[in-house]
Amino acid sequence: MFPWAQGVKITSNWGENMKRVYVNEKWCLGCRLCEYYCAFADTGEKDMARALKDIKINPRIKIEEKDGISFAVNCRHCREPLCVKGCITGGLSVIDGVVSIDKEKCVSCYTCVLCCPFGAVSPSESGAVQKCELCVNEGAHPACVKGCPNAAIVYEDRTEAKM
Amino acid sequence: MKYVIIGNSAAGIGAVEGIRQLDTQGEITIIASEPHHTYSRPLISYLLKGAATEETMRYRAADFYEKNNCKTIFGVEVTKINEAEKSVMLENGETVPYDKLLVATGSSAFVPPFEGLDTVAEKFSFMCLDDSLALDNALDSSKSVLIVGAGLIGLKCAEGILGKSKSADAPSRAKKISVLDLSPRILSSILDDDSASLVQSHLENAGVQFHLAKNITRFEKNAAILENGERLDFDILVLAVGVRPNTALLNGIAEIERGIVINEKSETTAPNIYAAGDCTQTTDISDGQEKIMALLPNAYIQGECAGINMAGGEKSFTNAIPMNAIGFCGLSIITAGNYTGEDYKEAEKNSQYKRLFYSDNKLNGYIMVGNVEKAGIYTSLIREQTPLDSIDFALVCEKPGLMAFTKTAREKMLGGERK
Ligand SMILES: Cc1cc2nc3c(=O)[nH]c(=O)nc-3n(C[C@H](O)[C@H](O)[C@H](O)COP(=O)(O)OP(=O)(O)OC[C@H]3O[C@@H](n4cnc5c(N)ncnc54)[C@H](O)[C@@H]3O)c2cc1C
Repeated sequence: MFPWAQGVKITSNWGENMKRVYVNEKWCLGCRLCEYYCAFADTGEKDMARALKDIKINPRIKIEEKDGISFAVNCRHCREPLCVKGCITGGLSVIDGVVSIDKEKCVSCYTCVLCCPFGAVSPSESGAVQKCELCVNEGAHPACVKGCPNAAIVYEDRTEAKM
Repeated sequence: MKYVIIGNSAAGIGAVEGIRQLDTQGEITIIASEPHHTYSRPLISYLLKGAATEETMRYRAADFYEKNNCKTIFGVEVTKINEAEKSVMLENGETVPYDKLLVATGSSAFVPPFEGLDTVAEKFSFMCLDDSLALDNALDSSKSVLIVGAGLIGLKCAEGILGKSKSADAPSRAKKISVLDLSPRILSSILDDDSASLVQSHLENAGVQFHLAKNITRFEKNAAILENGERLDFDILVLAVGVRPNTALLNGIAEIERGIVINEKSETTAPNIYAAGDCTQTTDISDGQEKIMALLPNAYIQGECAGINMAGGEKSFTNAIPMNAIGFCGLSIITAGNYTGEDYKEAEKNSQYKRLFYSDNKLNGYIMVGNVEKAGIYTSLIREQTPLDSIDFALVCEKPGLMAFTKTAREKMLGGERK
């Protein structure tokens, strides 16, 4: 009922069927397909190669890579999302457990960039910030996970075991 | 349970959301002197600029009070708290009883007692929606504006007046925009010399004139007379010298130092009375000092924390630090913490600047201008007081990212639930 019911055990709805994108670092090939699938996800185009041709992509999931280690980073949809609490406009909120952006309200002040401990919210060309919203608008499975050839990112509910 | 919240802004709204996490039934009454639906105070400059409307600047949805079952008394000031009777008195003489009370009264503009200020016809503060609307009304392309104060509020006001468009032929909202400050550098509370001059020239290019290290001795109608004898003419005066916490309601009731004294649960020293946001003082964990941190994220988090505790929960807010994200005409600035200790510096290049400050195995603070991506990684190192020898500090200085953490730390962050 209250989307802000975060962080307190009693009414927290975070744990209920909350699937997240999790990272298996040791299986990441650093191929960056997740980045491309992410960038392609809401272009509305049919063909990825055509849609992304000659474009410098700015995906919402990003690979970090160094000395043979690589892994993907995207929004963790935290239980206590500092980006949401810090948001000066009310443009970030938790909707059904997903940290979501209201592009109409966002003024790109970057307070969320200041707050996010993962570096998972970033500036974008659109006038609003961008971050992973779990492809909720695309329905079902996040595109990055679908496109990962090695299960280095998975879409799972891992909260159960810990609650 | 009767909850009364004085203040309808970040801290007050945080408290409503905190209370409703635990108590969906209790009676919440929000009282505010401002007559508006809750709005984002920082967006008043965006309203001026035309980048936000009164509707998009709402801090919460139109049905917020209804959904959260809150009674609202807006446009009415609380004049007194009667601690013995557990009630608050309104300016219209009515009283409202409480079981738990939150004071989230924010801050007000500080207006120094300048000589001759009363002779100035068009003068404004820049603190609230009504100030912004009044200034908007007064602006005219034939009028010069003088803003006193080159801090966050003064400069955001200047940016708002500059308008939406940066193109030279766009109609300007003012004939001239000048900003004066006592300090030799702009944004002196959050920038160092180099970054300040970088931001200053950016603003100068956008059309703002600066008079720094200047002191006003008096006003004479449409002019400011400076200590050095100089005379600055203006049509519209904006005073943005500083803010003062609104603590008066708790005079003689709870301890007040610079701001209202609260503990980590947002409790004041008076029973059943909590306080949160700009009206309070908070420990800055980056340097251990008590400060007023007039910042929205702190206000919200303290308010939410108060709300949870008011409703009988257990919540502490223990790691406040000063932190700012602010932009001017396309140039972004993010800063946090304090600027003591040794530094790592990436000298100015293409309007970009980065400097980190550290000592005793901890990151104390940082300044980033231009490229602010992943700044939050630094903020987190300060807030969590992460021992720098537990990460690859050289790497993180150069490139903020999770790569600098150990594999185990990363596994926790990316592979499972984050507490
Ligand atoms: C122009 C401007 C730009 C800013 N930009 C930023 C920014 O970019 N980032 C950032 O972090 N912060 C920014 N701030 C600061 C931020 O707005 C404040 O930190 C935040 O609003 C504090 O929230 P609050 O709830 O504590 O108090 P306030 O927002 O000050 O609200 C106080 C509330 O209390 C009510 N009130 C006060 N006294 C009484 C009384 N006696 N009776 C009844 N009601 C009363 C008022 O009506 C109001 O509803 C900016 C501020 C300004 C003015």
